[in-house]
Amino acid sequence: MNDPLPEMPCQELVEVITDYLEGALSERDRIRFEEHLAICGKCQEYLEQFRRTIAAVGVVREQDLDPDVRQGLMEAFRGWSGSSAS
Amino acid sequence: MSDAELIASLRAGDEAAFGQLVDRYQASLVRIARLYVSSQAVAEEVAQETWLGVLNGLDRFEERSSLKTWIFRILANIAKTRGTREGRTVPFSSVAADDDDEHSVDPDRFIPADAERAPRHWAVPPALWSTEPDERLLAGEVRELIFRTIDGLPPNQRAAIVLRDVEGWDSDDVRNELGVGETNQRVLLHRARSKVRQALEDYFRDDE
Repeated sequence: MNDPLPEMPCQELVEVITDYLEGALSERDRIRFEEHLAICGKCQEYLEQFRRTIAAVGVVREQDLDPDVRQGLMEAFRGWSGSSAS
Repeated sequence: MSDAELIASLRAGDEAAFGQLVDRYQASLVRIARLYVSSQAVAEEVAQETWLGVLNGLDRFEERSSLKTWIFRILANIAKTRGTREGRTVPFSSVAADDDDEHSVDPDRFIPADAERAPRHWAVPPALWSTEPDERLLAGEVRELIFRTIDGLPPNQRAAIVLRDVEGWDSDDVRNELGVGETNQRVLLHRARSKVRQALEDYFRDDE
């Protein structure tokens, strides 16, 4: 039997979550991460918050376009197509 | 509409096709430009210049890359030139030897490393908010908070989170854009995400 791996303390876990999510942890650290997570509700909460943070940041993408800006660009297009057609 | 169809429509002066392109990319163009220049206003000018560059270059565009890649390359050139002219050298690649000891969570929130029981475990655990419904997490006020938090990050962290999590680029594209290695990209991204998470925790805790 192998010796049990040293526990990953909470303070270490919070530093390696992105590595974990990206699959960049070593096999050893991935096991330590998951073993700690299995017994630590606080870190489970933290990881879930981290996941939801990433999802919420992605939603910033869906932004409405300022109609004036759009209008200005459409006018620029008309100017361009008018001049290139002539 | 495929790239080829879109390009043919644009060359034919089809306004709807151009409108579609603007709707698809304008917000991203401004957001990415903002990584290189000093203000939102300048970023908007850069986006505008990009569109003119796209239109003027359309006849020369040979479809060796996707339309999207081509548009973003024009943007990057204009934005970088503009940033340099503003005297901003964007030190994306200097990952921060200077803030090497940055922590994802305030160290005071953990039991000291030399404690007998549970060293480096939570002393002040995260305030609970992971089960907040989407309606709250995605509400305008919270989006505004996320936006402000990202805006206040150091430039290299801001660039990492904007490209990866806001724009949804894959990590190779982010690395190329920032000119940093794989590990550094993850470090920057992780620091940025950690700060946004903390801002959300503060928001939901104060809100109880």
